[in-house]
Amino acid sequence: MMFLFYIAATVAVVSTVGVIVQSNIVHALIYLILSLLAVAVVFFSLGAPFVAVLEAIVYAGAIMVLFLFVIMMLNMGQHTTDQEKAWMAAKDWALPAGLAAILLVQLLYVLREVQVDIVPNEVGVLEVSALLFGPYVLAVELASILLLAGLVSAYHLAKK
Amino acid sequence: MQSIPIEHGLILAGILFALGLVGVLTRRNIVFVLMSLEVMLNASGLAFVVASARWGHADGQVMFLMILTLAAAEVAVGLGLIIQMYRKFKTVDIDVLSEMKG
Repeated sequence: MMFLFYIAATVAVVSTVGVIVQSNIVHALIYLILSLLAVAVVFFSLGAPFVAVLEAIVYAGAIMVLFLFVIMMLNMGQHTTDQEKAWMAAKDWALPAGLAAILLVQLLYVLREVQVDIVPNEVGVLEVSALLFGPYVLAVELASILLLAGLVSAYHLAKK
Repeated sequence: MQSIPIEHGLILAGILFALGLVGVLTRRNIVFVLMSLEVMLNASGLAFVVASARWGHADGQVMFLMILTLAAAEVAVGLGLIIQMYRKFKTVDIDVLSEMKG
């Protein structure tokens, strides 16, 4: 399980770097799908198989297909790739990337003092769903209202 | 079963979050910005799952499901807005949207 975790973590970080440096948008989307699948493997290695399956189905499946449809509608060809390359000038991204790197270093500095080991015990569908329809049932209802609101507003916004 | 130090999971979540932040700050194509937002949401969900694995509880996984729902709704609305923006301005450059500049 340790092996699985570190390999998947490396794949996730490398492919996420691929997402933010790509200039071709479809290639970036495929890197993002790879990153989400790698995070799903991380979830599996941490003993959360239900969440890993949902990550693969909902994130890498449904949400990314939504992105793909919109990219098809936006009709982006070679000229947008060239435009992206022109927009990615080093002087534009160097400062924000440096500031984000400082934030990351601070985060790692805080985490340095945490020294606890996880022993991955599988917490499966039964525990999650017992909790979901027990104490968290109100949150599930609110999530359904949120999804309905998202559906209505997406229909309204995308209408001609 | 071998154990994984919890800080490694949290460090992975932090790295992914910082990478998503770099994407949001540096890209000018609004579709890339939305994709980087997805990366950030996913990283925060990863932190929840790591913490729930540490305690052996399912609460963190429930929170991840809520984040998943939020991400789905956010992407649906965001992509609808992108389509409207493309119809109005014929571009996906976020610098074009400067009508509220004082």
